[in-house]
Amino acid sequence: MAGPHSNLTLSLNGKTLRVPDCAPTTTLLDWLRYDQGLTGTKEGCAEGDCGACTVVVRDLSSDGTLRQRTVNACIQLLPMMHGKEVITVEHLSITGTPHPVQTAMAAEGGSQCGFCTPGFVMSLWHGHLTDASVEESDVADQLAGNLCRCTGYGPILRAAAAARALPTAPDDRPDAAERLKQMKTRALTHEVADGWFRAPRDIHNLAALIAVHPDATLLAGATDIGLWVTKNGFRPEKIIHLGDCTELAKIEETETGIRIGAAVTHGDAMAALGALCPDFEELWRRFASVQVRAAGTVCGNIANGSPIGDAAPALIAAGATVTLRKRDRKRVLPLEAFFVEYGKQDRQPGEFVESIDVPRPADPEALKIYKISKRFDQDITAVLAAIHVRVTDDVVSDARIALGGMAAIPMRARGTEAALIGRPLDDRAIGAAIRALANDVTPLSDHRASAAYRLKAAQNLLMKYYLERTFGPQRVTGPGRYEMAAP
Amino acid sequence: MDGTNQTPEVSAPDPDSAALPHDSAARHVAGRAPYADDLAEPSRMVHLALGLSTIARGRIVEADLEPVRAAPGVVAVLTADDIPGINDTGPVIHDEPALALSANGGEVQFCGQPLFIVIAETRDAARAAARLAAISYETQAPVLTIDDAISAGSYLHEPYRMVRGEAKIAVAAAPRRLKGRIDMGGQDHFYLEGQIAIATPGEGEEMHILSSTQHPSEVQAVVAHNLSLPANAVTVEVRRMGGGFGGKETQGNLIAVAAALAARVTGRPAKLRLDRDDDMVMTGKRHPFRVAYEVGFDTDGRILGVRIEQWANCGWSHDLSAAIADRAMFHADNAYFYPAVEITSHRCRTNLVSMTAFRGFGGPQGVLGAERMIEHIAYDLKLDPLIVRRRNFYDPMGAIPARSITPYHMIVEDCVIDEIVSDLASSARYEQRRAEIARWNEASPVLKRGLALTPVKFGISFTTSHLNQAGALVLIYQDGSVMLNHGGTEMGQGLHRKIIQIAAGELGLDPSAVRITATRTDKVPNTSATAASSGTDLNGMAVKDACDQLKARLAGHLGLEDPVFADGMIRWDGGETSWAEAVKSAYFARVSLAASGFYRTPDIHWDKEKARGRPFYYFAYGAAMTEVVLDTLTGENRMLRADILHDVGKSLNPGVDLGQVEGGFIQGVGWLTTEELFWDAEGALKTHAPSTYKIPTAGDRPDVMNVRLWEKGENRALTVRRSKAVGEPPLMLGTSAFLALCHAANADGVWRAIDAPATAERMLMAL
Repeated sequence: MAGPHSNLTLSLNGKTLRVPDCAPTTTLLDWLRYDQGLTGTKEGCAEGDCGACTVVVRDLSSDGTLRQRTVNACIQLLPMMHGKEVITVEHLSITGTPHPVQTAMAAEGGSQCGFCTPGFVMSLWHGHLTDASVEESDVADQLAGNLCRCTGYGPILRAAAAARALPTAPDDRPDAAERLKQMKTRALTHEVADGWFRAPRDIHNLAALIAVHPDATLLAGATDIGLWVTKNGFRPEKIIHLGDCTELAKIEETETGIRIGAAVTHGDAMAALGALCPDFEELWRRFASVQVRAAGTVCGNIANGSPIGDAAPALIAAGATVTLRKRDRKRVLPLEAFFVEYGKQDRQPGEFVESIDVPRPADPEALKIYKISKRFDQDITAVLAAIHVRVTDDVVSDARIALGGMAAIPMRARGTEAALIGRPLDDRAIGAAIRALANDVTPLSDHRASAAYRLKAAQNLLMKYYLERTFGPQRVTGPGRYEMAAP
Repeated sequence: MDGTNQTPEVSAPDPDSAALPHDSAARHVAGRAPYADDLAEPSRMVHLALGLSTIARGRIVEADLEPVRAAPGVVAVLTADDIPGINDTGPVIHDEPALALSANGGEVQFCGQPLFIVIAETRDAARAAARLAAISYETQAPVLTIDDAISAGSYLHEPYRMVRGEAKIAVAAAPRRLKGRIDMGGQDHFYLEGQIAIATPGEGEEMHILSSTQHPSEVQAVVAHNLSLPANAVTVEVRRMGGGFGGKETQGNLIAVAAALAARVTGRPAKLRLDRDDDMVMTGKRHPFRVAYEVGFDTDGRILGVRIEQWANCGWSHDLSAAIADRAMFHADNAYFYPAVEITSHRCRTNLVSMTAFRGFGGPQGVLGAERMIEHIAYDLKLDPLIVRRRNFYDPMGAIPARSITPYHMIVEDCVIDEIVSDLASSARYEQRRAEIARWNEASPVLKRGLALTPVKFGISFTTSHLNQAGALVLIYQDGSVMLNHGGTEMGQGLHRKIIQIAAGELGLDPSAVRITATRTDKVPNTSATAASSGTDLNGMAVKDACDQLKARLAGHLGLEDPVFADGMIRWDGGETSWAEAVKSAYFARVSLAASGFYRTPDIHWDKEKARGRPFYYFAYGAAMTEVVLDTLTGENRMLRADILHDVGKSLNPGVDLGQVEGGFIQGVGWLTTEELFWDAEGALKTHAPSTYKIPTAGDRPDVMNVRLWEKGENRALTVRRSKAVGEPPLMLGTSAFLALCHAANADGVWRAIDAPATAERMLMAL
């Protein structure tokens, strides 16, 4: 490669800036705070879990419409913002008049220590602009990625509703769309002394670049790699960003279901997956906050190979396949075959995960997904069980039972499946499956759960599946959860 | 000035100023309320990182710091040998070396203990270099748990006892007896703003420290003795913290010392801001506790005698553990009268991080032990627990005190708990809902619901009596504007808001005419930590004292006796003048317009030897009733509804007080449900970030939540306008959620003594 050169260009609070010389792993947060002096955006954890660094990112979709999302600036790398617009809390009251969400947050007592407040304000502002529901449970989901240690959240939830009743503020989105159109950036090439960051927009260029640089770090949403940077001092020499590739940003309907491209975020995939099976949507809601869903990708969650990734077992139970690509050569694997052993996936040098195909379950209610974690929202799973049992002519004709957190890789419980197939789905079959499960799994004891609990919970989830098929939902969380009768 | 002889104002708070939000609310929401890390960095600033131990216990046999020194951007690497003064950050007992590594090696006492300081040109360079040290240890088996400490006989000091009557005999003679035990976990503060300090060298030996601390005076003292400086060479400043909760009472000491040391060595401004993971590994937490009880009672559930034993896991050093374990003993009765009682407290020394202050300061652990015991009695007698609770409450205020004496021989004179509980039980329909839940549970094999109502009585004052003092500085400028400083620090609790209200009310000014700026040790000296819920009680009275002095001077200048200060005017029989005019003319008449106020809490005393006295000026009360649902197949659980009634006396600012009550409740629920600290077998904390340590989110809040301040509340003690402290007491309202979960788990009528926190795992494995 030639000497340093870069076309990195972005809009910050409405002003177009060129940033030709940042290190490729500079986080958006550090740049905002220490380079631009925009210290309203805070660092609470530097791992995308607390939301104090929430900012809004805007870009244009392929049809030219403005897209807007919230992200955690702490784990977004600055070059990922190429061709996009970043809005920070300072921008909201730039005219001198606070935005209604700011007025409401102050008036309702939504801030105590105030440190998390700008992050909440940005999440609420995004919800306000996009007309999101102000029902408390919906707001709670919008805010699942914003931690507050002072208020107990009540005043913040009330502020979301109160803001809606205040006079509206000017909507700057049409201006933003115009700005982004004017920016006219080309695919990013950012080469500096520390290394390079490239983001091809064309799929062929991308595939070729990956093939030429099999040692490059492939980056999509940075919701994991961002932590390698902030927590482990990861400073790769070469980064190839998949997120700007339009071809990969698509969700396609196929004959059997849907195909999710490598640049599709969890947030974008959630509704499409939910249309296949309602439990998908709830799982995707719970496994990451709005900010993480808006950045992280479904394929990244797979390619990463984590034994506790939530997507893999759920998609395995649905019978998903993964498509790997090197240049123009593609290879399709059953998803479970992609995971070889801990830390090792079946991805050859120069290959990348191009897409995931998720078949539509014949009976969406037959696929149930259970996620157990210490906290319901935004927590890493202790036990995930995705159970998909087909009954034909009163006999189990097919069973796909996939587990997360129960072995070094996401796995199918083959013995458990075998215990069910060919039998009526009754007490005795479930009993046999529960016994068989103990031989299928090798759970770990760690800070999330003990091996004994993981096994017992997974066995009980088989029972729960059976009971729910018979009696309907038996849950304390999620759709169909127990609700108190009105007082 | 002697602050104790004044007659406090007892009028109601001004309704207008009482509705004001947090004094920084407008800036918070705009992102324009600066925290320490938000200030522009001077160009020559150096950045720090700490090298931490990777074992929990042992000796350092070899430490090669050359790779650290040689790393790009590194300016210097400091060890204990570079500390010119006393290498110690301990607040009470000096058993906490700031840095464990010296030329002679060093002793490691917990995993994550600071060994050395890296000073570098950038934050990233400092952090990267800190990883490069090659340290070899001679490891010893660490003492980690309370059980480990008991087997090893590892304690900070001798057990401490509180005794009243002959508990052993009373228990033995009682018609019924029970023994039980509960273990409860600790809690990380998870203040959103991590620990930070910025040290700027001044002229000569002077040092300015910008610190995120609840205790500027202690940071000043600790920096001074580490740097071998007199206190007058060190100035500590804090404008605001992004949360404290007790976690910045002593835990900022080391951070400030490191920054000051680097500033001294380099002559450059120095910043240490901890990464979240390092912060959680390095800094103290709420003490894990075990409480065992042996109780004798009659067949009506009335307690006759109690023997309680408490064990606190204190970690490796004293810090504030003795006072915290004391407070657990002071609250081993919660709201209940024990006719004969013996409380023994063991302070376990372990190879964990040194446990520290956390909202409630041992009180929550004491309260939970008492509440578990009450539940156990109720189970034994097949009585509703609320009946047992009410039969054992201290006698109400105004009654002839027959059942009013605490285990530490203080008479409870202000007990209003039965009235509060009665109000809450009826407004939230306790009996009907318990009955309805019992019926529902019978028909529901998988899901079980539970409901519990728990009281809290919390003693207000530092139990170390001399800490109950405060100072304030009130300055009036020629234009009539008022600058106010006091010893308290703002960590989100709304202290500055309340103090402005108090000053504005006293001076008859609009709150906007009074400005509070950063708390600084050069404005008000020798302050106590902003802790023990005492911020408003102490500093508010000191401010009032200063305002009284200024008013007296202005009145004297005007030749008036007791004029009325209101609406920006000074009024007397037959005339008035504006505040601004009076101030201006006082200036020209050479009247001092600056006053230093002081306050010390009256009537409190404590005899440590005998474990008796009056450690508290008064008690705060409250009650919560929480309903939950539990999945008996997985242990997953959720709050459905919470009803809270809390006594803040006459509220100075209901919005601020409700925020404390609601926020404290949720924080208490977090402690007892999802917030689990996990140390591995080697003593390494594995839950050191929000990815692994789970504080409540918005979705964990119950769908129905009714929070009320008790309208009849009025402090019988002479506090500022008869208000009551509110910072800590509401945390213990969270006990109701935990006991509701136990109620749900025991729906089949089998007693299960479930430990806390009630994670899904603990609930399922108990079933």
